[in-house]
Amino acid sequence: MVTAASSSAAPVSLGVEVGGLRLQNPVMPASGTFAEGLARVMDLNRLGAFVTKTITREFRAGNPVPRVCETTEGLINSIGIPSKGLDYFRDNVVPFYRAYSPPLVVSISAPTVDGFASMARDLTIPGVAAIEANISCPNIEEDGRSFAMEPRLTEAVTAAMRRATALPLWVKLTPNTGDIVAVARAAEAGGADAVVVANTILAMRIDTETFRPKLGNVLGGLSGPAVKPIALRMVYQCADKLAIPVIGCGGIATAEDAVEFMLAGARAVQVGTTTFVRPMAMIEIIDGLAAFCARRGIADVNALVGAVVDGNAAPEEAEALL
Amino acid sequence: MLQSLETRSAWTANDAPVSDVETIVLSHEAVNDEYRHLVLRAGRPATLAAPGQFFHLLCPASGQDKPYLRRPMSTYKADPEAGTLEFLYKIAGLGTRALTTLKPGDSFRVLGPLGVGFTLDDSWRSIVVLGRGVGLATLAPLAEAAARKGIGVTAILSARRPDLVMSAERFAAIGADVRPVLDSDGSSAPENVRAILGSLAREGRADAIFTCGSNRLFRLAKDFATEQGIAGQVALEQQMACGLGMCFCCVRKFEVDGELVDKRVCWDGPVFDLKEATSW
Repeated sequence: MVTAASSSAAPVSLGVEVGGLRLQNPVMPASGTFAEGLARVMDLNRLGAFVTKTITREFRAGNPVPRVCETTEGLINSIGIPSKGLDYFRDNVVPFYRAYSPPLVVSISAPTVDGFASMARDLTIPGVAAIEANISCPNIEEDGRSFAMEPRLTEAVTAAMRRATALPLWVKLTPNTGDIVAVARAAEAGGADAVVVANTILAMRIDTETFRPKLGNVLGGLSGPAVKPIALRMVYQCADKLAIPVIGCGGIATAEDAVEFMLAGARAVQVGTTTFVRPMAMIEIIDGLAAFCARRGIADVNALVGAVVDGNAAPEEAEALL
Repeated sequence: MLQSLETRSAWTANDAPVSDVETIVLSHEAVNDEYRHLVLRAGRPATLAAPGQFFHLLCPASGQDKPYLRRPMSTYKADPEAGTLEFLYKIAGLGTRALTTLKPGDSFRVLGPLGVGFTLDDSWRSIVVLGRGVGLATLAPLAEAAARKGIGVTAILSARRPDLVMSAERFAAIGADVRPVLDSDGSSAPENVRAILGSLAREGRADAIFTCGSNRLFRLAKDFATEQGIAGQVALEQQMACGLGMCFCCVRKFEVDGELVDKRVCWDGPVFDLKEATSW
């Protein structure tokens, strides 16, 4: 194992402040790719934070199978947010994470503005450190359009949650929108403490033998290394225009990927689909980040944030460091 | 009756944590046109896998075949003394096709052991295992575990042709009563299998029934267990992504208290009570 301590340089500080939370390092799971099962594989206390699979207030069965299909360097999923509901989560899942030190971020979804607000309120309980609002889901009050497709809906739902909870509020954006920067600014205006950029990209595959879609729900969301350059571009665009932190998410598989997202402006990163292939990936990325910083003589990982050298993102810091 | 959850865990759960083990291929042989037998040096804790548990295999990329996800595969044999782990698989798609390129000496990652395996009740004196094709690979370690506990085994091995009857020698080696049934001579027909099961029940040699590998045999086993009022278990397959209960892609429908509910094959199974499992 490579750690900062094994290098001749001074130990690297990996701690970051993200949207109201102090994290011991900038690496956390992406919602939907993490659950209690990972405790059988790794020491969960190593992670920067925990982010749960999205929960809804009521029980949800989820979508018909097949729920995933492979594609080149990636995965298309349409799981459909199966959820045992808020009460089950509060009584069974929150207590599980009390045994661990990283903060618990709870991903929520609802079909209405009030639904989001009431879930944020009802999850403002001991053991929950922050709310991540998955606003990529359809809004039944707006003909099923996703909240995160439009700045107006994003600001409205964020503001409603902001009034409902004092917990740090992260808003996870969808890449399936014409102007993600406008949506990110709307989340900030609504009172978000951070934005997560971004959710999966709408996609599909068709079986050429049967002529049928490869997913039970026909359309799904693409994730994995295939989406990384797109997510990175979106992080870069958003970070430049926001005062609140951006959390990068999309195809991060290695420490170099995490560095790339931080250079683009991400204060922290979420690792998702890669965990399905390499269950220890998050630990490898944490160790790899420390090793990268040590190798480059960077004492504090925060120095990477926005340090891409292009005249827009903190050029004076970048020159000093790189 | 199936045992309580505590007893079930005592048999199936390994205290050893799940690990992503870098194994070395010791041998990789074609059993016939369709099946391959893969033997790995894996060491502990992987080789502590209980019958019915599975591993998540990181198949190598090969030519046009570049599987992104791992592939779940049930344990054919786990020998903690020898430090070896074995799989018997059928070439069924991109992942298993890529797997066939592994050569002795290659290194290869397997995550496991995963999932809930078979349960054996100390009160049983004689069990029936009923499987087809590569499903027999999953049942072979169970039969051996039963023999170690002094439980008699009748193995009904279904296949298309005599050369596709898998693992007959492993069942025979533990003293099982081996009954091959074939499509080629018609003996695999449901009425004949039902007749065999009926006679075993009359002889008091069916305290429980276990099945894997065929929906038709699953239905026969389920009906038989219901008629006889005996316990039964089925090892199920489903397309998986994470293998650790996180992604909810490998769900199937189960009958619980009169309702159809989704359960995760990787986490709640892959071995399930026949009473709850439904036809596929």
